[in-house]
Amino acid sequence: MITAYALIILPVITGVISLFISSERVRRNLLIIVAFIHLFMSILLCNGSAGELNGIWIGLDALSRLFLVITSLLFTGSATYSMVYLDKHPHFNGPAIAGLRMPGNSNAIFAACMQLFLSAMSLAILSTHFGLQWIGIEATTLASTPLIYYHRNRRSLEAAWKYMIICSVGIALALMGVFFLAMATSSHVHQFTPAGLSLFSGYLKVEWLKVAFIFFLVGYGTKMGLAPMHTWLPDAHSEAPSPVSAMLSGALLNCAFLGILRIYQVCVAVPGAAVFANELLIIFGLLSLAVSGIFILHQPDYKRMLAYSSVEHMGILALGVGLGGSAIAAAMLHAAGHSLVKASLFLLSGNVLAVYASKKVEDVKALLKAMPLTGALWLAGFFAITGTPPFTTFNSEFAIVRVALQSGSWKVATLYLLFLLLVFIGMLTIFMHMCFGKKGEQEVDGTAGESFWQILPPVVFLTTALLLGLYLPDFVRNTIDGAALLLGGKAL
Amino acid sequence: MNGIATLLAISCMLLLGSSRLLVSIRMVAFQGVLLGLLPLFVAGSGHIGAAALILSITNIGLKSILLPWLLTKALFESGARREIEPFIGFGTSILSGVVLLAVSGYIVKRLQTTAEISSSITLIAGFFMVFSGLFLLITRRKALTQTLGFLVLENGVFTTGLSLGSEFSVYVELGILLDVFVGIFLMGIMLFHIDREFDHLDVDRFNELSDLAVDIASNEEAGE
Amino acid sequence: MINPSSILICLLMIVLSPLLPGIINKTKAFFGGRQGPPVLQLYFDIAKLLRKSSVYSETTTAVTRIAPFVILFSALSAALLVPVAFRSAGISFTGDIILLAYLLGIGRFFMVLAALDTGSAFEGMGAAREVLYSALAEPALFCGLLVLINETSQTSLSAIYEKLTAECWWQNPMTFLLIAVSWMIVLLVENARIPIDDPNTHLELTMIHEVMILDYSSKDLALIEFAGAVKLAVFSSLLVGLVFSGNELGLPLQLLAFAAAMTLVAIIVGVVESTIARFRLLHVPKFIVGSGALAIIALILKLSGN
Repeated sequence: MITAYALIILPVITGVISLFISSERVRRNLLIIVAFIHLFMSILLCNGSAGELNGIWIGLDALSRLFLVITSLLFTGSATYSMVYLDKHPHFNGPAIAGLRMPGNSNAIFAACMQLFLSAMSLAILSTHFGLQWIGIEATTLASTPLIYYHRNRRSLEAAWKYMIICSVGIALALMGVFFLAMATSSHVHQFTPAGLSLFSGYLKVEWLKVAFIFFLVGYGTKMGLAPMHTWLPDAHSEAPSPVSAMLSGALLNCAFLGILRIYQVCVAVPGAAVFANELLIIFGLLSLAVSGIFILHQPDYKRMLAYSSVEHMGILALGVGLGGSAIAAAMLHAAGHSLVKASLFLLSGNVLAVYASKKVEDVKALLKAMPLTGALWLAGFFAITGTPPFTTFNSEFAIVRVALQSGSWKVATLYLLFLLLVFIGMLTIFMHMCFGKKGEQEVDGTAGESFWQILPPVVFLTTALLLGLYLPDFVRNTIDGAALLLGGKAL
Repeated sequence: MNGIATLLAISCMLLLGSSRLLVSIRMVAFQGVLLGLLPLFVAGSGHIGAAALILSITNIGLKSILLPWLLTKALFESGARREIEPFIGFGTSILSGVVLLAVSGYIVKRLQTTAEISSSITLIAGFFMVFSGLFLLITRRKALTQTLGFLVLENGVFTTGLSLGSEFSVYVELGILLDVFVGIFLMGIMLFHIDREFDHLDVDRFNELSDLAVDIASNEEAGE
Repeated sequence: MINPSSILICLLMIVLSPLLPGIINKTKAFFGGRQGPPVLQLYFDIAKLLRKSSVYSETTTAVTRIAPFVILFSALSAALLVPVAFRSAGISFTGDIILLAYLLGIGRFFMVLAALDTGSAFEGMGAAREVLYSALAEPALFCGLLVLINETSQTSLSAIYEKLTAECWWQNPMTFLLIAVSWMIVLLVENARIPIDDPNTHLELTMIHEVMILDYSSKDLALIEFAGAVKLAVFSSLLVGLVFSGNELGLPLQLLAFAAAMTLVAIIVGVVESTIARFRLLHVPKFIVGSGALAIIALILKLSGN
């Protein structure tokens, strides 16, 4: 239990401390150390010896185990990567605003916000109380907005503003959902937690539960990037610094998804609500797939393309959970796979950006020749993200189709495959254009983007995704099955 | 209690109709005071606990003193005083406000059939504030008004929660309040940055990042 | 139901109604630090106008000639339907509320017709504004009435006002306050007072009521001016009946209290006119819709209260 609290509190303390550290070096080392301590503690906590923690406020079950480890792993990767990244993108001395003293150094804010962001995500994952979870998810928005505005230019400001406004509004609606959920419960329920509510599911008022689910879905769905509430996502993910994009896409979207899963967990216990929830999830999932499929075709900006791909994968997750059965387990596996692959792609896009200094697809050519390592990984990442065997994403996407077909949802399965095809074509043209082709007139020095620390995290992530695709170790399988069981699904 | 709810609704109407940003800020500050008083009335005059007192003082302090101060500062910094030409005019806004109010009344009427609601008037006011907050967010051009819209929305959610009687512990309530405060504070700081970067606060001129705009631009190029 | 004593009081009110604009002007003069015209000024004006001969534009038709009579008739008959001096109205029956509203509507309709009949651009503009503003003001009046009907479960104006006592105010202070404020605004709108319209304005572009009667002279103008005063009295007595209650008083006291209350309303209008500047035309609809919003808030408050 103490470890769980430490996971949340430690980054806050170190984050605040790093605001007051003047030495760049010390601050960076602190960030790395915190990342590794956090990873170590998460693994320790999830190692199972502690069993299920089931507090009123903080708890740990299979779902939070899965997401906690992913988040911690991605943060460690991003933190490692950002060491070099911050050097390549020198900080600006933030001007002091009249009357409001801000630390002049935006790198200090970056380090502090990264750690606060980690803390907020840990809180969102570990909290069991619905109110506390809301606080955690809203806190992630607050901590990540300054990160998106790191570059201090117009575009990033616009992205940060949209992100802030749209997500805050969405999350405010989710708070309405929390209140409605409280209305659905009766005085028999002492714990306002998913487990507590499912236990007394007989006392829940179905109508209010449904209303609450809608608000949760729309509210946290905004944060998760489900279409049509996804509009902030491409802006924020493309304008943020690459390590932050990786965090946003790989970890933050999962946290928001967890918010929906928590109320879904309650809905499952109530027969009337479960069907309703499934239908909504399938609709939103397919819509997200459609939107990303359309916008990914001829996307001129490769970071935006990755962002739309995130919308697509969030759609797949929603669809998988909505289909139920073993598709839920598949969705859980997919969440893990997508996080690893998307984070590595965003980190790699940072390498590309550092060398080519452009986010336009047409400016990047012959990546394989100019930056052999990055290029190769970029191509591997493409195969992974589009769900090509032998990566783990293939297994999960395939399992979802299988469930759709088995349950006789032909329409869903057809649309799903169609949209996946659209995305595949869209991404294929972009990746082919970037990786192959002749070198442009301008000479690029590829070595700038290929230092050891910039390559290591993507390599680790992609290798993990590959290995998970080839063989699913027991502890991973158990966690995923456990999570699926919590959500009323079957084992993979 | 009913009086406060009515005043909340009226302040929303005024917000919808006011073109002066300073007036809008004052109005939101006034809402903050009302919201601060609300928990005391909900608790009942006889037994006002320390929790309700802390909550109400924090509420008033944050929402009606600190945030309005920050926003006023941002306003004077930017030099923009009025919301010029919103997407929907002020008269129409009030008219829509009336419709939204009726809709909230209808929703609450429907809800009453399924559950016991302690104070339906506060609930109507809560829904109406949520709606008008969203309305302000959608129809106004200035970033500052959007911030106000968000604040009104948040106030509405708070009122709804109070009138539904969903009581969390004080820690959760304070946490929610803190989150909202930091959120608005960040928005306020961003207002300064927007003003410096763009020399205006018009959010509808934020279009560098839209995919649709890119498409239109490229089509125009192709046409030429 | 016909109530002879009330008809007499009503006639008295009609005869005395030109005093109200006089009181308003006196109040304004007081705030402006001037002597101001005498309280009886409107009587002098009407007497003067009645002595003059009429001039009609060649383009006008019979509508222009009929309209003043219809306007005056509608105002007078409306006055008969309104409860006066805390007693029931001269004539009362179930649903007389609707008749009251539409009698006033007929008067407005003919005024607008007459304005359009002249074919002048200015008068057309005034007519358009009048129609818009009164259309916006009508919901406020009716929503207020709906609340009262709901409160007293009566549909006759006299019966409603009879049941309105101080106790009602005590029970739902917010509701009644809202209605009173919104009806005050309706009064200002319907009688073309500041801040909606300026009775003393000299710029045709910004006029509403005055521009519509620009082409009238002599006896016709006198009739219209008189009708305006009666209309002001009608709305004032509606407001007075809503705010004050004096059912238990004797007749002389009732008359006295009623006269005092009417004077108070006139003074309030005068104070409003002296302290608030006339709105720009753009902002007027906002203001009127706002009064409707107040009445609707009151309605919702009432409906969800029980």
